[in-house]
Amino acid sequence: MQQLDEIRANTLPLIEKAENLSALDAVRVGVLGKNGSLTGLMKNMGVMSPEERKTFGATVNAVKNEIVSALDAKKAALEAKEMADKLAAESVDVTLPARPVQQGRIHPTTQAMEEALTIFAQMGFELAEGPDVEDDWHNFEALNLPKEHPARQMQATFFFDNKNMLRTQTSGVQIRTMENQKPPIKIVCPGRTYRRDYDATHLPEFHQIEGFVVDEKANLANLKSVLVEFFKLFFETDDVQVRFRPSYFPFTEPSYEMDLGGVLARNIGKEWIELLGCGVVDPRVLQNCGIDPDKYQGFAFGVGLDRLAMMKYGIPDLRPMFEADMKWIKHYGFVPLDIPTVTSGLSLNGGKKCD
Amino acid sequence: MRLSLAVLKKYLDTNASVKELAEKMTMIGLEVEEVQDLATSLQGFVIGEIKAVEQHPNADRLHVLHVFDGKDTLQVVCGAPNVRVGMKSILSYPGCVIPKFNEKLEESTIRGVESQGMMCAEDEIGIGTDHTGIIDLDTDKPAGTPAAEALGADVVFDVNVTPNRPDCFGVKGVARDLAAAGMGTYKDPYVPAIKGSYESPVKVEIQNDTCPIYTGRYIRGVKNGPSPEWMQKALISVGLRPISALVDITNYLNIAECRPLHVFDADKLHGNIIVRAAKEGEKMMALDDKEYTLSPEVCVIADEAAAQSIAGIMGGVDTAVSQDTVNVFLESAYFAPIKIAKAGTLTGALSDSRSRFERGVDPASAVDDNARATQMILDLCGGEPSEIVIAGKEPEWKCEIDFDWNQVKRLTGLEVPQQTMEKILKDLGFGVKGNKISVPSWRVHDVSLQADLVEEITRIYGLDTLPDAPMRAEKLPIGTLLPNQKRESTVRRALANQGLNQVMTWSFMDSKLAKYFGSKNLRLSNPIASDLDELRPSLVPNLLSAVKRNQDSGVADVQLFEVGPEFYSDVPGGQKLVACAVRAGNALPKSWLESARGVDVFGAKQDAYVALRAANAPDNMVVGHNVPSWYHPGRAGTFQLGKNVLAVFGELHPMVLKVFDIKTPVVACEVYLDAIPAVKQKDNKMQPTLKKSQYQAVTRDFAFVVDKDVEAQKIISTIQNVDKNLIQNVSVFDVYAGDKLPDGKKQIAVQVVLQSMDKTLTDAEIEGVSAQILNYVQKNTGGELRK
Repeated sequence: MQQLDEIRANTLPLIEKAENLSALDAVRVGVLGKNGSLTGLMKNMGVMSPEERKTFGATVNAVKNEIVSALDAKKAALEAKEMADKLAAESVDVTLPARPVQQGRIHPTTQAMEEALTIFAQMGFELAEGPDVEDDWHNFEALNLPKEHPARQMQATFFFDNKNMLRTQTSGVQIRTMENQKPPIKIVCPGRTYRRDYDATHLPEFHQIEGFVVDEKANLANLKSVLVEFFKLFFETDDVQVRFRPSYFPFTEPSYEMDLGGVLARNIGKEWIELLGCGVVDPRVLQNCGIDPDKYQGFAFGVGLDRLAMMKYGIPDLRPMFEADMKWIKHYGFVPLDIPTVTSGLSLNGGKKCD
Repeated sequence: MRLSLAVLKKYLDTNASVKELAEKMTMIGLEVEEVQDLATSLQGFVIGEIKAVEQHPNADRLHVLHVFDGKDTLQVVCGAPNVRVGMKSILSYPGCVIPKFNEKLEESTIRGVESQGMMCAEDEIGIGTDHTGIIDLDTDKPAGTPAAEALGADVVFDVNVTPNRPDCFGVKGVARDLAAAGMGTYKDPYVPAIKGSYESPVKVEIQNDTCPIYTGRYIRGVKNGPSPEWMQKALISVGLRPISALVDITNYLNIAECRPLHVFDADKLHGNIIVRAAKEGEKMMALDDKEYTLSPEVCVIADEAAAQSIAGIMGGVDTAVSQDTVNVFLESAYFAPIKIAKAGTLTGALSDSRSRFERGVDPASAVDDNARATQMILDLCGGEPSEIVIAGKEPEWKCEIDFDWNQVKRLTGLEVPQQTMEKILKDLGFGVKGNKISVPSWRVHDVSLQADLVEEITRIYGLDTLPDAPMRAEKLPIGTLLPNQKRESTVRRALANQGLNQVMTWSFMDSKLAKYFGSKNLRLSNPIASDLDELRPSLVPNLLSAVKRNQDSGVADVQLFEVGPEFYSDVPGGQKLVACAVRAGNALPKSWLESARGVDVFGAKQDAYVALRAANAPDNMVVGHNVPSWYHPGRAGTFQLGKNVLAVFGELHPMVLKVFDIKTPVVACEVYLDAIPAVKQKDNKMQPTLKKSQYQAVTRDFAFVVDKDVEAQKIISTIQNVDKNLIQNVSVFDVYAGDKLPDGKKQIAVQVVLQSMDKTLTDAEIEGVSAQILNYVQKNTGGELRK
């Protein structure tokens, strides 16, 4: 029994002091191994009387259990430490830059176009497209601009030798749509347009979006509602006023210029911003496309997409929109997955850009 | 059009303020772009009288003036050559805003001499364009008189008159509109017919249908001197230069009443007037000192010797009036708008007459306006008038519209009482008899349909009470975007996600560069610049120009893409929608993790592939070699389905880069979105059920040694075809060519994934497939397994 006490008294401190798993294992082998001290004591039990064996056995087992659990506990502690040491050794400087990625940008005019389409889609407009090169009929004649009409001079036009031209407005798409489809028609057509004009505020090429509705009752009051609603949604504010000034476009009668008031105008110190041309579809245009103007009527409007993008996103200058400057697009562009939807908001814009 | 308030008031009795008039004009369709009010813009400017002129001590061209301003004498340094003692001019003080510069004048020292003010030239204070010297005022008003008063301050409205309102190219028309809009009372300048005392010695014959009616009158014994001050001011205020009474009268009536006139010096005319087509090649020296060569499409007013005036556009030098003119022949005619527009385009001659005639002058006014002009000549120049000469007759212009008064409500939604509508039309000069509306002669060029009357009523009535009539979608379209439109958007977002930046470049380009990109010679007839003279046959060149600009501005690594049209024909539809991406410099920048990697063909291939897959291109595309000439012939390829090329990718040809002066390699891809097969329209968007094998997949690696010109694609497709059911995937994981292989050989290592849908493959089966793979690769490519 005295031996047993000695083994216990010697072993437990050894376990406690073991510095690593192999030292701990050596302790285990020294006590519980084939030739271990405790194992040796237990071998003696064979020569004991049953009485002795019972008491001795119980005591030995108690000591053994105590040592085993001390060993297990120490082992777990040593393993945890060893892992911790290993991980500590593996640590890196996580403040170093991330693996380089390059994220591109979406052009603001495209973003504005997709935003506009999203809004018009909710109002039931469909998207229509047409060619950049137009013939006289679709760009002028059918739009109530007969040859030699002085209003043709309003639209400085690029011509080809075959008398075709680059479209000066997207309105040719109205004609193409009416040639292929009977009313009701409710379309928006975005696209490149061209004017022979190049100075501080005019570019020879720019983007327009045009809306066009023909049915049995669409009128100016509908146009007003559509535009007010559009600008509220597009500029993401209720503070929108509009004003209609009579004007002249050959393809609408009456024709108006729409000015935008409210916060956007105030932001630039103005009462009104000239923004858009619109009007009631001229009966001659309907007639030119074989649509009875006594039965059908409608409205049309056209607005510069580049301009809308500039106003909404604080882009001061038109020219860089076509200059393909990396610094500009990185600054004013949109992250690729910032896809406009009405429900989730049209754009993050301010959303942090990486790279 | 510049419109003087003083002239307006000759046609409109009004108490309205300048601001009210300007706002009303804008709101009835005569947009006022600017109001120039000298009393405001020249606040503080006064008459300064030069008391002494001294040479500047340090500058030959400068003078030091002693200028009296009514109270004090100031020292002013002045560079104008026309200074003299006793001269009165306009003086501005430090603090005055000089209109031309829109900046405050500051006290300054010029070459060592203090200057306490500035003497002004016409252009500096915005009353003219002259800058040859300071204003030389011919006035009795004393020094110190405010400049606005000294200059007879007038207010000038800059009005944007739309082409449908030729009547408003005369102040008279604007006055009539303003009166109808409640801004005062219209005063008609009508003059009763003038009885002549003799028959005109000059007769008129019309031989050309450009001119339906021509009226003339001989006036003898006129005295041509300067016109009166009010008329000169009226002309100056709108930017015209007074010349002589006879000329000024024609110009004045043109701007005030939209009545183009012409006055010939009758003594320089040879015989009678003939209105005829110009002869082919006929020449005439016009009043703008240019010689015009005419053709038969151009109508001329000729005498029996030669063309003396381009009808409705510009008079000739030979028969022009001068200070010495005694006898004149006055022309008041009507010329057909389209013919004048055509003649105007052909001759290129610009004039105030042309711009009015080609838009449409009042067709019923030639006779009345002859009297109006005659009276003015008699009043200002004296003389004795003949009987009027009239050739031809007024063109048919009368127009009556059956008007359904409900059209206003129908087309606009606006409720306007009929009485109000009738009053508006009457005030504008329309005749109203029940539903019959007759259009006044000066509006027949624009008004002929009910919709035109709706416009007249609504523009005067205003849209303040226009109701809101929401137009919600009665039925939302299912998918607003067509599949190809959706595809365009997806491709843009996918490429941007690849690290490419979307840009927009011109649809045109320099023809000198286009020839390197398969030019179709789609030249513009009237380019705006010689480097923007052809429609682009490819998107690559404009993006290369952008690469160059970016690199020049210090951005060496450039990643750009554009989705837009390239053109192959100058007819509608002769264009293809292309997504084009370029990368220049490094594909990835140098970082602490890896060194910089230059752009390469496989990056371009990736861009092309990503765009194609975003556009739903099928995955059985093959790579071809038939690339356009602007690509590196050995480092470029195509994605195609059979002969249908969906995309091109590769390094750009070094010669092309040299043309653009780009020093770094550039890779590009062009994806032809229209060539990608349309997505199949199905009844629904359900996917086929996923089939997953529950049996173990096995991978086997093979390293084949092949001739250098054997392509990976060949090995891959050969293996795929060995057993389409078992072989799930083939991927290349190593390519090697070097010392360890014989000359002309390379090694391509592939990994093959085998998996059966319905059982675990046995070793024998795996060995069987492997053997077949070796066999077919050997047969098709000559490839041997590397020992």
